[in-house]
Amino acid sequence: MSSEWPLWEVFIRGQHGLNHRHVGSLHAPDAEMAIHNARDVYTRRNEGVSIWVVRSTDITASVPSEKGPLFDPSNSKVYRHPTFFDVPEEVGHM
Amino acid sequence: MYAQMVKTDGACVKSLEDMEPQERAFQERIDAGQKIEPKEWMPEGYRKTLVRQISQHAHSEIVGQLPEGNWITRAPTLERKAILLAKVQDEAGHGLYLYCAAETLGISRDEMYEQLHCGKAKYSSIFNYPTLSWADIGAIGWLVDGAAIMNQVPLQRCSYGPYARAMVRICKEESFHQRQGFDVLAKMVKGTPAQKAMVQDALDRWWWPSLMMFGPSDDASVHSAQSMAWKIKQNSNDELRQKFVDQTVPQADYLGLTVPDPELKWNEAKGGYDFGQPDWKEFFEVIAGNGPCNAERLGARRKAWDDGAWFREGLAAHATKAEQRRTAGQAAG
Ligand SMILES: [Fe+2]
Ligand SMILES: [Fe+2]
Ligand SMILES: [Fe+2]
Repeated sequence: MSSEWPLWEVFIRGQHGLNHRHVGSLHAPDAEMAIHNARDVYTRRNEGVSIWVVRSTDITASVPSEKGPLFDPSNSKVYRHPTFFDVPEEVGHM
Repeated sequence: MYAQMVKTDGACVKSLEDMEPQERAFQERIDAGQKIEPKEWMPEGYRKTLVRQISQHAHSEIVGQLPEGNWITRAPTLERKAILLAKVQDEAGHGLYLYCAAETLGISRDEMYEQLHCGKAKYSSIFNYPTLSWADIGAIGWLVDGAAIMNQVPLQRCSYGPYARAMVRICKEESFHQRQGFDVLAKMVKGTPAQKAMVQDALDRWWWPSLMMFGPSDDASVHSAQSMAWKIKQNSNDELRQKFVDQTVPQADYLGLTVPDPELKWNEAKGGYDFGQPDWKEFFEVIAGNGPCNAERLGARRKAWDDGAWFREGLAAHATKAEQRRTAGQAAG
């Protein structure tokens, strides 16, 4: 019988109050085991203080070929960056 | 290396002008140092070659646990035992990172296991040699992990994102492996004459197989040229072997050991050592499955897989039941 355990994506919060970050994936029969396995596979050297696991099939991803239509619109909106505006030196820090 | 003699798909390296627009755009991204990510378009040859290379690398990490596992119960002190356990556990982790990276290219974990267990997939020749004494554990960390580092460091820059990221994790952990091995030997050479002799004997047996890890000369190989164009291989086998010898010989001197190569000689002009060639006939025999421990290693892998079947199935059944209970509870509540 070949019934592969489902694949889980693993997210770990490092020590320094950062967001959870994707670190990799692993196979496990259920969420509880996925957390246990993630502990052993991805935090053998204190790499984290919190683990999230999500079934890979539950993740919806943007389509690589639609990268253009999705992200290009923000290219032209340079005024969203503060450096777009000149602030006279006399005004000081702003 | 951990992936030796990976067959590359693609008969010859195409020039940009000869490529279809899609492939050309792909190659230009690689040339510009961009990473290729899963689900993005890639030439079928790139995908297949990477599957072969990454899965072979993964198999090597997994099978590589066996020669060292042999000494966990016989480590000379509790501390050495704990260190060796941690090292071997890291290797299991390395295998898992790499299997996951390969899976992003569309091969399943079970398929890869199947290829290993039926003898179709290769793993590094080095793990088909026996570990006869405690000094062998030192020699493996120092030489085998040392050689692996030579190869894995440049792979951190390889063009396929998931593989490159797995290599970053792995490289962070490897230097512990090499140092603990060197430390074992550094202690033993200060011991009794018998202990020192044990270390020399380990070096005598592991030196040539370690040089074989880099694979035969591939400077003129088409496979290698294509893999380099795709940036899934960065250095030629001879280049890495030279680097390894140059780094390792002074360390052997420090330990007061003799490298078992009568041709070994410092070459001032090239700023490196001249050295002899390993017995490539032996290498091809080992790769073909006829090394001293091939049958034992594969046998141990198969047995672990078969003996673990009830456990994998049991946990899967438990997960299914718990899920059913949960959905039934939701429906009732
Ligand atoms: Fe490793
Ligand atoms: Fe290793
Ligand atoms: Fe290692």
